[in-house]
Amino acid sequence: MKNFFRTLFLILLLIGFQYNSNAAEKVEYLKTDWSFKGLFGKFDRASLQRGYQVYTEVCSSCHSMKYLSYRNLAEKGGPEFSEEQVKAIAASFEVKDGPNADGDMFTRPGKLSDKFVMPYENKKAAQAANGGAYPPDMSVLVKARGGGVDYIYSLLQGYEDPPLGVTLDDGVYYNKYMYGNKIKMANQLSDGLVEYSDGTNATVEQMSKDVTTFLMWAAEPHLESRHQMGFKAIVYLIILTVLVYFSMKKIWSRIETEV
Amino acid sequence: MSDHEYTPKSKFGKWFNDRLPLLTLANHLTDYPTPKNLNYWWTFGGILTFCLITQIVTGLVLAMHYIAHADMAFDSVEHIMRDVNYGWLIRYIHANGASMFFLAVYIHIFRSLFYGSYKAPREIIWIIGIIIYLLMMAAAFMGYVLPWGQMSFWGATVITNLFSAIPLVGEGIVTWLWGGYSVDNPTLTRFFTLHYLIPFLILGLVVLHIWALHVPGNNNPVGIDIKKPSKDTVPFHPYIVIKDGFALLMFMIVFAFFVFYTPNILGHADNYIEADPLVTPAHIVPEWYLLPFYAILRSVPDKLLGVVAMLSAIFILAALPWLDTSKIRSAVFRPLYRQFYWILVADVLILGYVGAMPAEGLYLLVARIATAYYFLHFLVILPVLGFKERTLPLPLSITEPVLGGSPNLAVAKKKSEFK
Repeated sequence: MKNFFRTLFLILLLIGFQYNSNAAEKVEYLKTDWSFKGLFGKFDRASLQRGYQVYTEVCSSCHSMKYLSYRNLAEKGGPEFSEEQVKAIAASFEVKDGPNADGDMFTRPGKLSDKFVMPYENKKAAQAANGGAYPPDMSVLVKARGGGVDYIYSLLQGYEDPPLGVTLDDGVYYNKYMYGNKIKMANQLSDGLVEYSDGTNATVEQMSKDVTTFLMWAAEPHLESRHQMGFKAIVYLIILTVLVYFSMKKIWSRIETEV
Repeated sequence: MSDHEYTPKSKFGKWFNDRLPLLTLANHLTDYPTPKNLNYWWTFGGILTFCLITQIVTGLVLAMHYIAHADMAFDSVEHIMRDVNYGWLIRYIHANGASMFFLAVYIHIFRSLFYGSYKAPREIIWIIGIIIYLLMMAAAFMGYVLPWGQMSFWGATVITNLFSAIPLVGEGIVTWLWGGYSVDNPTLTRFFTLHYLIPFLILGLVVLHIWALHVPGNNNPVGIDIKKPSKDTVPFHPYIVIKDGFALLMFMIVFAFFVFYTPNILGHADNYIEADPLVTPAHIVPEWYLLPFYAILRSVPDKLLGVVAMLSAIFILAALPWLDTSKIRSAVFRPLYRQFYWILVADVLILGYVGAMPAEGLYLLVARIATAYYFLHFLVILPVLGFKERTLPLPLSITEPVLGGSPNLAVAKKKSEFK
């Protein structure tokens, strides 16, 4: 049996190795300690709330988040604003609704059930306003990029002057973590850009971390319950496996064969 | 087949069984004499059945919430992930379940290769198995298209375009497959329909696969024919049931780890970007389990020949019972074959690796050599080996190899544990 598992392990290792080498670009991303990684990983509530603030005050003027609703902000495992807070947040947005009884469209203050209001009417409008580049929807952005949170976190801090010999067109910026190093989004963050209500010092690093945490939650809103359930499921399986192992030994002891 | 007549004890049981012999079947399945020296590599049959059932059950639930429409598919998957109760769990089980299914099937196939399970009288079991494997690949490919992400769309475009390599009618066939002039909504809806159908075809074939297995009975690590039932066998229940159950639980721990802790590691990040026909991803790669064949496809410079090579790589397996000329089943008694076997394993892993890399320079060269070796193994090495190889003497039975006076008893015992 030992041999069996050794071989199996080697094969798994090889497959795993193949997969890792799949991530072709070998840029060293900036590292930080993410509270949501690991077996018991949870979101840092305060960081999520600050991240939401950065998103609304900075990112949301160009980037939509079409799969999120305001109610999500109050749900368990997320930023967990109080219901009053979220109602106030929702009400601060103008939502287009209708048609009403007269057949006219109208605007009203947002409700919990509304999706996050989009910055542009449609993709074309977004492109027109951004020199042809479409600011991607941020709902699942973290999962849609190879490096995940580390990539987004690094990108936000990766703006530099272009090295000698690299010329940039108008509206194109140099970022050392971007694929091909050319990005159409200008550097958005600068120290003290937002004023955190909890008094945290809004450095570029801090804001990058907070908003990336927020994006991770947006992409995986059930991450916390997934981790909790996973731990229980695996502990349960291990205990059951041990019990079944001893039952198996007992049953096979009736005949003279090793199992 | 165990073949004492079975009569139910109760009167009703007898009445029912005379009309529909389900109880006889149940009795056959529990009593089914199984070689007692089966090692853990034999537990993957049961694990695969578990995988199939898991995929069908989770797939049914997903289908209740999924919308097969080019404009709504991506949104509906996000709806499942966010708003459907435990939708994230069901989807992650289904998505990772596909990978687990292939992991298990590859182990199952390579077990068969090592112990010669495809040889007479088990050719039909083997061929049904290959058909199941083909259907699995079709189902997995179409399933990957359904979320309608970038890799879905471009993967579908690349694979369906392969048919255009067919002379004369190729272009027409591709248009017919697409239901239009590009991969679009009609393609998505038919892929969804077929993705829903294929698992049930597989289920039917699995029944045949097991039926065909129960005629000659299991092969075993020593690879010799055994008398059934005898001291060499144990009844399927409880001996094999509990052992399969134990192995399945170990497998489920690995499975659970993927689902709960790294649910997206086996997928491609680009598939979280909604399909866009105007933007081609930098590298279009299939899922890991198709990479060896993708490498073979790309290693041939000509498109048509590439497709032919890729398909041959699969279909050559169906001819394996006749390509392998050795009468000895188990590699335990075939010292040379054993070495070529491991070279083949390495060769396939290398193909998988280069399949994930861009087809250029050294990667392409390696892919070509590995492709050539793959065919060399089946077309030249195996047939020749059967005639040239000096095999080790076989024991007479599993329990009483001593009677045969085999000098290789120690070898047989040790090797049958498989290293």
